[in-house]
Amino acid sequence: MSEPVTGISRDDVVHLAGLARIDLSDAEIDHLATELPAILEHVRSVQEAAGDDVPAMSHPVPVDNVFREDVVRPSLTPADALAAAPASDQQRFLVPKILGEE
Amino acid sequence: MTETLVPFDEALTRYDPVMGLEIHIELNTATKMFCGCPTDFGAEPNTQVCPVCLALPGALPVVNAKAVESAIRMGLALNCKIAEWCRFARKNYFYPDMPKNFQTSQYDEPIAFDGWVDVEVDGETFRIEIERAHMEEDTGKALHVGGSTGRIHGADFSLVDYNRAGIPLIEIVTRTIEVPPEKAPAVARAYVSYVRDLIGGLGVSDVRMDQGSLRADVNLSLKPKGSTVLGTRSETKNVNSFRSVERAVRFEISRHAGILDAGGAVLQETRHFQEDSGTTLSGREKSDADDYRYFPEPDLAPVSPSREWVEELRATLPEPPAVRRARLQADWGFSDLDMRDTIGAGALDLIVATVEAGTTPQAAKKWWLGEMARRSNEAGQDIDALGITPQQVAEIQALIDAGRINDKLARSVFDGVIAGEGTAEEVVVSRQLEVVSDDGALGAAVDRAIEGDPDAAAKVRAGNLGVAGALIGAVMKEMRGQADAGRVRELILEKLS
Amino acid sequence: MTDLTRKTADELAQALSAKEISSVEVTQALVDRIGAVDGAIHAFLHVDAEGALATAADVDERRARNEQLSYLAGVPIAVKDVLATKGLPTTCGSKILEGWIPPYDATVTAKIKAAGLPILGKTNMDEFAMGSSTEHSAYGPTHNPWDTTRIPGGSGGGSAAAVAAFEAPLAIGTDTGGSIRQPGALTGTVGVKPTYGGVSRYGLVAMASSLDQAGPVTRTVLDAALLHELIAGHDPMDSTSIPDAVPAVVAAARRADVKGLRIGIVKELGGEGFQPGVQARFTEAVDLLTAAGAEVVEVSIPSLQHALGAYYLVMPSEASSNLAKFDAMRYGVRVPPTGVDDPSAEQVMASSRDAGFGDEVKRRIILGTYALSSGYYDAYYGSAQKVRTILARDFASTFADVDVLVSPTSPTTAYRLGEKLDDPLAMYLGDVATIPANLVGIPGLSLPVGLADEDGLPVGLQFLAPQKADDRLYNAAAALERLLEEKWGGTLLSTAPELETVR
Repeated sequence: MSEPVTGISRDDVVHLAGLARIDLSDAEIDHLATELPAILEHVRSVQEAAGDDVPAMSHPVPVDNVFREDVVRPSLTPADALAAAPASDQQRFLVPKILGEE
Repeated sequence: MTETLVPFDEALTRYDPVMGLEIHIELNTATKMFCGCPTDFGAEPNTQVCPVCLALPGALPVVNAKAVESAIRMGLALNCKIAEWCRFARKNYFYPDMPKNFQTSQYDEPIAFDGWVDVEVDGETFRIEIERAHMEEDTGKALHVGGSTGRIHGADFSLVDYNRAGIPLIEIVTRTIEVPPEKAPAVARAYVSYVRDLIGGLGVSDVRMDQGSLRADVNLSLKPKGSTVLGTRSETKNVNSFRSVERAVRFEISRHAGILDAGGAVLQETRHFQEDSGTTLSGREKSDADDYRYFPEPDLAPVSPSREWVEELRATLPEPPAVRRARLQADWGFSDLDMRDTIGAGALDLIVATVEAGTTPQAAKKWWLGEMARRSNEAGQDIDALGITPQQVAEIQALIDAGRINDKLARSVFDGVIAGEGTAEEVVVSRQLEVVSDDGALGAAVDRAIEGDPDAAAKVRAGNLGVAGALIGAVMKEMRGQADAGRVRELILEKLS
Repeated sequence: MTDLTRKTADELAQALSAKEISSVEVTQALVDRIGAVDGAIHAFLHVDAEGALATAADVDERRARNEQLSYLAGVPIAVKDVLATKGLPTTCGSKILEGWIPPYDATVTAKIKAAGLPILGKTNMDEFAMGSSTEHSAYGPTHNPWDTTRIPGGSGGGSAAAVAAFEAPLAIGTDTGGSIRQPGALTGTVGVKPTYGGVSRYGLVAMASSLDQAGPVTRTVLDAALLHELIAGHDPMDSTSIPDAVPAVVAAARRADVKGLRIGIVKELGGEGFQPGVQARFTEAVDLLTAAGAEVVEVSIPSLQHALGAYYLVMPSEASSNLAKFDAMRYGVRVPPTGVDDPSAEQVMASSRDAGFGDEVKRRIILGTYALSSGYYDAYYGSAQKVRTILARDFASTFADVDVLVSPTSPTTAYRLGEKLDDPLAMYLGDVATIPANLVGIPGLSLPVGLADEDGLPVGLQFLAPQKADDRLYNAAAALERLLEEKWGGTLLSTAPELETVR
């Protein structure tokens, strides 16, 4: 990707809010559409900073092969698990109807 | 919207199918992929959850070593290369059965890749290339509850159980499969069946399609004949048996052809297979869900299996299926055709188990490829989902060998066992299916048959032994089939000599 | 009786051990102090007097039986509200978790409890640790004890203010881009971010997984070392926690000797944009170190120009994913959309998140979602992660020539509440000196080094050390602390204005 990427439109914000499942008001969308480009402008230098030969870091302090044995540990009681549920029934979490069926 | 379905054979005169198969294997580890919760099937809802698999704020995952081991062994069995270094990645999307609203999976760094398997269909071998096998986690289970009547605002809602959330899954993805078009459905089925046998042999999963520990998704697109341009692909889920794999491929070919013939465009979408009708229905359109915003999972360390460990695990693999089949064929004395039919019916391991339980290979084959295959076709189920076990088949054959029942009575015994009435022995007793071997009782029945049909009796006395069949029939009828026909014949001839 | 609330944790530990005082007395004194001043300071979101006193009583009883106790047993502590505390509300400063009571303890919490430290309560913070002033708390800001019209810093303003206002001798904070160190600088307290992975993150509600660390917030370097030793160590429940033994931080704090120590002043973390009074106190402090035998040089790390950019891409990206779990299905407030009959789960998620998250959180989630999205990943998140690699290499090569690095912790002293609220970018710029440590996983410590001339407000100096060399921070900081207190004839905090108390 050689072309530096900047700019984030109002439509972008609407799309992103959908991806992030936040029901932003029009005012919030407008506000973000003004603020974010300024922030992005500020961070864009990173695009040119690193060449293709530089590997991306994902762990600042290297560790690998961190595993646990396949041994059962105590679970929560259903009461504890459901204690904070906004709604529950029959020892299950009650959630509103799900639109997209899997 | 009505769909035009182009008949399968006709569709293939204009189009070539291109398939991709994704299989999800649920591992049988004692604990979940990223936490120590148990994985027992059928537990009370939300009794096998913890802060990690419930995604409570602050909880962190830790990888199950056994799951990694199983993934490597599966990769090796699939002739894959095992990554020297790989990571987990987050697949971000929202769904109520997915507590973190991202799935911890693997993206561009799977633990196993570039493999292959050879599957056989009607004596022909097809090589299916495996693009990758990677580790991921299962979701919780949502029960959709319909709105109740009598309520003004009858709301639909769902009840979610997270016991299954976090159970380790291994996803196996093929490269695109292009085979002689008319063979596509059978090849797809054979592939899934083969993977089931292969992975089952490793002991890492129950691999039961009917229980969800083996799930197959069928991806299909059509190319106009002679074209190299791939068509739009649909994905079919909810395929719960091998036969359904085959049916789903056939149906999708017909459906895509119908759309393309009419000049329409196939939607890139997820479809759901309908068992009863053999059709697929539209599910959710895969648009927004496609931007999963994958990035390497920062909460987990990379996995770099040493080459020593990989070789240690390679040594634990059972003999490759082709070698095993050759050995079994030789042991059993089956012809190539016998073997082919056995594999085709998915009955190999069933026959192995039945033989192990004491039956001869020929008798085992007779039952599984005969009676059980018939029942499986009638019920529309796979042969291993009928509710009859190899042990039970062996018991029934043993009863026949002991002369206590015959082949015909055995059918009733199968009915009883499948219906859950008890063991073979118990069913024989409760349904009174035992062959009468008491000569006194048999003799009395023979006498009554002879008395009831003097013409036939006279002919037999005169040396026309073929007519004895009528008398045998009469006795068998009176005995409701519960007599050894051979002994009855002997008695008739004795009495009429 | 001398005011127990003014004692350091070490002093309290010694007095408790000598049975000169009881933990109940100390705890009660602090509970009273909280009652007297927290109305004005608002450091605490939740005070658990009953629980703290029960723990104190239990420790006193065990001590009476001459049981072997941890050094800090009986010394009360406050915990930033981002760490799970079983049975106590944990809100992360957000409305979306209002009233949430975790059914489990964070590992840090469990360690504190096992050591017998009474937990006074949970402290205020910017919502989900996103902020540098604690003004983004959904429950109202915390006020700087030095001047209650000013911010205490953030995101851990509550912990720092509690310690600065003598409401607690110890506190736990968390630091993702400076959230322990910067409030330390602004309130005249000590704040430490350990080496990444040095302290368990299990139970620390994640903002940016590859940047977050929990650490001590105290009034003295020795207190910080004592607390650091208690909470650090490998945790099998945290896959990113390092297997190494805890560095000998307490011994280092007691050693406090900078003779021959090679110190590098980071050129890029100073100068333009840094308040003159901050720069002045910083320079004087460094001169003190030179006079005490340290070898001071200037170093340059040009790649630092990209650090802020990298941070404000990595952090929102990881946070956008980490905060997805707050969807009102299993916990948290559920707010259905208005005017919709029979809303779907998707709609309820979206309306709950809009209602429950504050502006700064939404801003960062949207930014992070963008940085990860298809077509933009390479340019944004991907590039930012590469910048981290470059920075890590540059820091490593710099540390080949020096033992520790120094800079002012914050470019400015505490600004007024409301001053930067409408200018998120201006607020982000205040993190320029602290975020590099998080990006490369190295430990950092902020020590108060005086008051700025222009406003009489605290100034902090930041020490940075290589990964796993946290002890170097404590050695250098303890030495400087001693030199400064000799110069001042007392502690800096003892010169803080007396707070009005409410009876």
